[in-house]
Amino acid sequence: MIGAALQALASHWRRHPLQLATLLAGLALATALWSAVQAINAEARASYARATAQIGSGALDVLEAPGGPIPLPRYVALRRAGWQLSPVLEGRARLGDLRVTVLGLDPVTHPPLPAFTAAMKRDAAMLGRMLAQGGMLIAPPDLAAILTDVPGLPKVQVSDSVPPGMVMTDIGVAERLLARPGQIDRLLILPNQPPGLTPLADLAPDLQRRVSRAGTDTARLTDSFHLNLTAFGLLSFAVGLFIVHGTVGLAFEQRRGMVRTLRALGLPLRLLTALMLGELLVLALIGGGLGLVLGYLVAAALLPDVAATLRGLYGAPVAGGLSLRPSWVLGGLVMALAGTGVASAQALWRMVHMPLLSAPGLQAWAQRAARGERRMALAGLGLIGAGGVALVLVPGLVGGFALIAGLMLGAALLLPPALALVLHLGRRLARGPVGDWLWADTRAQLPGIGLALMALLLALAANVGVGTMVSSFRLTFTGWLDQRLVSELYLTARDDAQGEEIARWLAPRSDAVLPIRSAEFTVQSVPVTVYGVVDHPTYSKNWPLLEQAPDAWDRVNAGAAAFINEQLARRAALWSGDRVQLAPGWTLPIAGVYSDYGNPTGQAIVALPALLSHASAVPNRRFGVRLSPEAVPGLMRDLRAAFDLPASALIDQAGLKAQSLAVFDKTFVVTGALNLLTLGVAGFAILTSLLTLWSLRLPQLAPVWALGLTRGTLARLELGRSLLLAALTALLALPLGLALAWVLLAVINVQAFGWRLPMYLFPADWLRLFGLALLAAGLAAALPARRLYRLPPSELLKVFANAR
Amino acid sequence: MLLTIEDVKKTYPGARPVLQGVSLTLDAGQTLALTGESGSGKSTLLHLAGALDSFDAGEIRLAGTALSGLDDTGRAALRRDRVALVFQQFNLIPSLTVGQNLGFHARLAGRQDPVWIEELTERLGLAELVARYPEQLSGGQQQRVAIGRALAARPALLLADEPTGNLDETASTAVMELMLDLVRASGTALFLVTHSDRIAARLDARAHLSGGCIA
Repeated sequence: MIGAALQALASHWRRHPLQLATLLAGLALATALWSAVQAINAEARASYARATAQIGSGALDVLEAPGGPIPLPRYVALRRAGWQLSPVLEGRARLGDLRVTVLGLDPVTHPPLPAFTAAMKRDAAMLGRMLAQGGMLIAPPDLAAILTDVPGLPKVQVSDSVPPGMVMTDIGVAERLLARPGQIDRLLILPNQPPGLTPLADLAPDLQRRVSRAGTDTARLTDSFHLNLTAFGLLSFAVGLFIVHGTVGLAFEQRRGMVRTLRALGLPLRLLTALMLGELLVLALIGGGLGLVLGYLVAAALLPDVAATLRGLYGAPVAGGLSLRPSWVLGGLVMALAGTGVASAQALWRMVHMPLLSAPGLQAWAQRAARGERRMALAGLGLIGAGGVALVLVPGLVGGFALIAGLMLGAALLLPPALALVLHLGRRLARGPVGDWLWADTRAQLPGIGLALMALLLALAANVGVGTMVSSFRLTFTGWLDQRLVSELYLTARDDAQGEEIARWLAPRSDAVLPIRSAEFTVQSVPVTVYGVVDHPTYSKNWPLLEQAPDAWDRVNAGAAAFINEQLARRAALWSGDRVQLAPGWTLPIAGVYSDYGNPTGQAIVALPALLSHASAVPNRRFGVRLSPEAVPGLMRDLRAAFDLPASALIDQAGLKAQSLAVFDKTFVVTGALNLLTLGVAGFAILTSLLTLWSLRLPQLAPVWALGLTRGTLARLELGRSLLLAALTALLALPLGLALAWVLLAVINVQAFGWRLPMYLFPADWLRLFGLALLAAGLAAALPARRLYRLPPSELLKVFANAR
Repeated sequence: MLLTIEDVKKTYPGARPVLQGVSLTLDAGQTLALTGESGSGKSTLLHLAGALDSFDAGEIRLAGTALSGLDDTGRAALRRDRVALVFQQFNLIPSLTVGQNLGFHARLAGRQDPVWIEELTERLGLAELVARYPEQLSGGQQQRVAIGRALAARPALLLADEPTGNLDETASTAVMELMLDLVRASGTALFLVTHSDRIAARLDARAHLSGGCIA
């Protein structure tokens, strides 16, 4: 009995291979994009974990100073008191043209690290060289290859056990590279302390003891980025599921007769349901498996850009290679199974509860859909409301994403009722019998194609929203660059001595020489780069201040106040008028807050003398030079000739802006790619809907053809109908996309990156997207329309044949 | 002569010839029954006469127009303006109500006559059903709508393919009586394909198709 029933069920797919292909493609696409995102996330997190293992200190507790670095004398005092401690200094430094993370530690006392152990195995004298004058840097292969050629750096040793984008070195060398002499970020409390020590709480009450969190900072910093990717993956998954839902629904609708016959022949409903569930399980596994393969390919293609973004934006160590990890493979399969279950539940439920002796037709389908539409409209409004409530009740990114999810899903559910309303109004305005039929027929087709249109709505809204966010960001960023990069020429000297020499040489040949000098400090346990600026109108006239106190620049130039960037202001809840402690004993009132896009970390600006009094060894190698733009090429030529500077040491304003914009654009490559893929999936959803509806359409079109409309006219009307629905969907997607953009700019960006951006509108982009939506719908409808146009009359006549 | 079929041949790709030189004629207002076994080509000949399909050889003239010289647009115009069709499967437009279906062909042909349509609606007993959709009707009711839709356009020729084949005896008789009454009242010629000798006997003329030829 089971064999016969299975044969009957499978015969449907044999007779409808395109429907089977559509179902598998929908499942594969949904799983692919979700798995790709999860593979990327898993790879990044594995990189963070690897980095933690490579630089971690096991489960050792650490001592930190809440307000900033630990002064060297404090470390010495603790050591003298008998405590076994190991100092660590960590920060970002520019080595040559690269910004890298420098991890300085004491190789003698620090617990064994893989990089040190491996290097010592190869070369027993390595430790001696590391501690000797000049020191040694241990770097990953790609970084080592670049740093070896940078003049003025210690010798570079290659190691596979150092995270990407990081160099390890002796703490003495790190002090020099980071310009933080005598400073320590944290002290590792080593195991096996001698007995009878005075408790740390008594010896150093100002220091805080906490468990090690090496690596967790990166994970925390990048959480928002991965959450963004996951949200995109989920959106793509949902869009893919619309295809599955539509196809399974149609397949079940077409198999009603067969199911009725099987039941009439005595097949128990329970067994039939189980067989159909088994059939769905097999299909989900096949589609999910295909999706995993596709997902791997997509992830492998996107990962290098994601890695570059994470390194550039967060300094996060992510390698560019992709591995097959059980977590995302199994996760992808589970999602495929769960997705198939969700997408098929409604159709299966209807099948199980279908009366044995009734066969609903198009209008019953439409009426049921209309009843469903009312429920959908209510659910849609409820979801949007729930999203709004979630934003108020759940703070942070989760609330923001809940709002987006509510908004997007709610709007998708509202789409069919909205389209039905428009089509109803359109029918009232229809002239002539063909127009009358077209509007009525389009309304009747809505349940069949509605899901594909919902997918299109989501994809278009995501495009408008993310596009508006990125373009607003880019516009703001470009304006901000104009304010920040005012100097006509930027140069980097080989070392401090050459820096001083160049500054002297430049003084009579330029309007001003502005040193760019910075040191890393710790504010509220978070690294902050403090820049020292000279008193010059270049800053006071151009600096992009978001808010400022009276006489702000005068006070900063006098060393009596500081500016901080928006990220630090939002993270630490410090604004103009508050006070910020940059180092123990160095607290300044905040005179203003400036925008600082594309930078994940905190930043402050003080007068240069004030910075030098707290960090005397700040490098003096980078300068901005003010002069007339026409004189820049000549001066660059003279500088190269006089100081034998490499091409990379000199860059004019336009070049630097172009570089910055290139980095910016790279950051959104992944978003753009996912956006395009989602739109592609939505286009595919329309195509599959139209193709699967094809067999249902012929009996509806043949009578109209027989009454005197040509196949060409009908094909054009079919094409026009798809374009009309796509156009209406695109129009409705616009307000949704703008709402999404607002949430991204005003909620998600603030939470994820620490800055709020103004929202700009880009009507030209909307028109382009509108055109793209019409193109997608037109291409999707072209194939069925062409089939209709070329269909031999004998095929249409089969509709009227008695045998049907 | 309203319809002239001259030595028409038709073969579907990959199949044996269906029509092997069929000739017959039909005057305006005349009713003709075409009988024959299943698969004898009755429906094919009806489709050819209605400009729904093309033939391989011979000629069909409808109201003086040679169908062999018409392209797709010309055939569609002929169907719209001169011919009306009633099928066994009713083939109403499911997205339109009964009332809209009734007037649809007439509106397409540009000959909508509300008085005539109302009369048809009354005579076909559909007045209570105009707001319903086809699937909400019984088979007999649907066929009455199909007949009404066909006659509302005041065609010169009504082509009917087993119009009562899906109905029981009582409904079949009632629908056929009604159709013949209306056809005669409107002066429309009727070309009817049927299996039923009883129905065929009620028409003005009869032709029997066998082995692809008129016997």
